[in-house]
Amino acid sequence: MSSRRSRSKQSSGSRITDDQINDLVSKLQQLLPEIRDRRSDKVSAAKVLQETCNYIRSLHREVDDLSERLSELLATSDTAQAAIIRSLLNQ
Amino acid sequence: MTNSPKGFTLNNADSCRVKFARRFLRSLIEIKTRQTNYNNNLSSSPSSSSEIRRRSERIKLKAYSSMAHAVGPRKAWTRALLLKLHNRAKRHRFRTRKRSSLAMVLKKKRVFRVKNHANFYKPAAERGNYSVLNSDEKTEKLRELVPGGKAMDICSLLEETAHFIKCLAMQVQVMHEIADQLSN
Repeated sequence: MSSRRSRSKQSSGSRITDDQINDLVSKLQQLLPEIRDRRSDKVSAAKVLQETCNYIRSLHREVDDLSERLSELLATSDTAQAAIIRSLLNQ
Repeated sequence: MTNSPKGFTLNNADSCRVKFARRFLRSLIEIKTRQTNYNNNLSSSPSSSSEIRRRSERIKLKAYSSMAHAVGPRKAWTRALLLKLHNRAKRHRFRTRKRSSLAMVLKKKRVFRVKNHANFYKPAAERGNYSVLNSDEKTEKLRELVPGGKAMDICSLLEETAHFIKCLAMQVQVMHEIADQLSN
């Protein structure tokens, strides 16, 4: 029973994949600045995944840098800053 | 499996952006207020390098959690991310309180859970093996980078990755804008 279920799951799993995965991979490609403009049939799925990983890492690094920059900016103890933040909040 | 990957509609992305900005700005005010209170009580300077480092860590965590809250619990990556941040905060609190006995209990529990997960996730890793992708190694790397990615089948992984990237890029953009406003 359980073996039958797992087999049917697997076959239906491989049936959906190739087309659907191609579709998802090309959607992912649209989001990557490095390879966004290339034709999707020119870029392998492995390349898209590689670029995705690189992009996520670079975004994390940017968050790190920006957090540090914001922290330095908040160090100055003027009250105008809080006012700026509040005004941004009300936009 | 009929759920096709849903991109942001413009409205959706905008409201998410606004929600994130509001939450994050409120956290910044909170951090700023706490710092001035500290400053009145203690003599530690808010511009000392250790204080800047500590504060930037706090800002970073708030940025990620604001993002996850702004998106809401519909996405698996936000749930995983919030859980991760929550556990991290809990560990941190225990560490700073130096309650070693409780920390030990927590540690034991964690090890047990990780062991369970290792068994649970095995099939998911095997499911990532498709002819189109033909690179297990790369999907595994992606799983590590997307919160909750280890427990997803390959289709969800790709969908959630696309959404995660959009949100992360938006988070970076908003943080940029805030920093620019503050430095003017």
